[in-house]
Amino acid sequence: MKARVHVMLKDGVLDPQGEAVRHALGSLGFDGVEKVRQGKVIELDVADGTTEDTVREMCEKLLANTVIESYQIEMS
Amino acid sequence: MRAAVVVFPGSNCDRDLAVAFRDAGCQVEMVWHKDTALPDNVDIVGIPGGFSFGDYLRCGAIAANSPICAEVKAHAERGGFVLGICNGFQILTETGLLPGALLRNAGLKYICRTVPLIVGTSDSVYTSGYTVGQEIGVPIAHHDGNYTASDEVVSRLAAEDRIAFRYGDNPNGATADIAGILSENRRVLGMMPHPERAADEKHGGTDGKAMFSGIASALAAA
Repeated sequence: MKARVHVMLKDGVLDPQGEAVRHALGSLGFDGVEKVRQGKVIELDVADGTTEDTVREMCEKLLANTVIESYQIEMS
Repeated sequence: MRAAVVVFPGSNCDRDLAVAFRDAGCQVEMVWHKDTALPDNVDIVGIPGGFSFGDYLRCGAIAANSPICAEVKAHAERGGFVLGICNGFQILTETGLLPGALLRNAGLKYICRTVPLIVGTSDSVYTSGYTVGQEIGVPIAHHDGNYTASDEVVSRLAAEDRIAFRYGDNPNGATADIAGILSENRRVLGMMPHPERAADEKHGGTDGKAMFSGIASALAAA
């Protein structure tokens, strides 16, 4: 089974990379992009029966820095 | 006094840090990241700069979970001294020994140059050789040195006189110009600039030297 973890900078934490992407989109002529936030997706192949709680523990211990990042887990 | 310098795959300031400790009169041992114990009677642990584990995932995240870091944490919790420089500072925030986090530089560029620092406190073994408000020149070399923490944490750091160094001319967008901070017991220092690269005439500057001589004399007396 797979677990997919989305890690994003928390709202309120400045994202200079997202801001640079927003500027680049503007210079390509895409008007009206008001905000860009850049995050990452981490895909895990995990043993059958792995619970979302275990993946949450992985996020808390390593995959996300909860001082600045939030995460969402999708199990499939 | 005895110092240990931790080496991770990708550390590149470990030997410079060892030389700075040695020149100040410390006995230095290098410690590998897989080691599960620090040398006996170590007074201070140095966490060097570099790109531990290739900065994969987040700068310092994987190093912070290496076997030796559990020992470094225990050493700090027993009241031991820990100095984290650059990647070492990132690692210390990832372990939770220091609050906050280091984000990508606001200008998105890697910056490598000597910058002015303002000494924020002389109340620590690291900064006792400086005077409050003194301006010193110390090199920075980082891509992710933009210190961030909640307003509450930043006010607490300021109120408790734990901001060891501020940038004179903020190069990376760091909150409140913070370049280095102390732990609550003032024994753990994390800083982005490299004092070990300003500790010998041949470096082109010696403004970092007082940090190592301060550590050596304070810990020799202890």
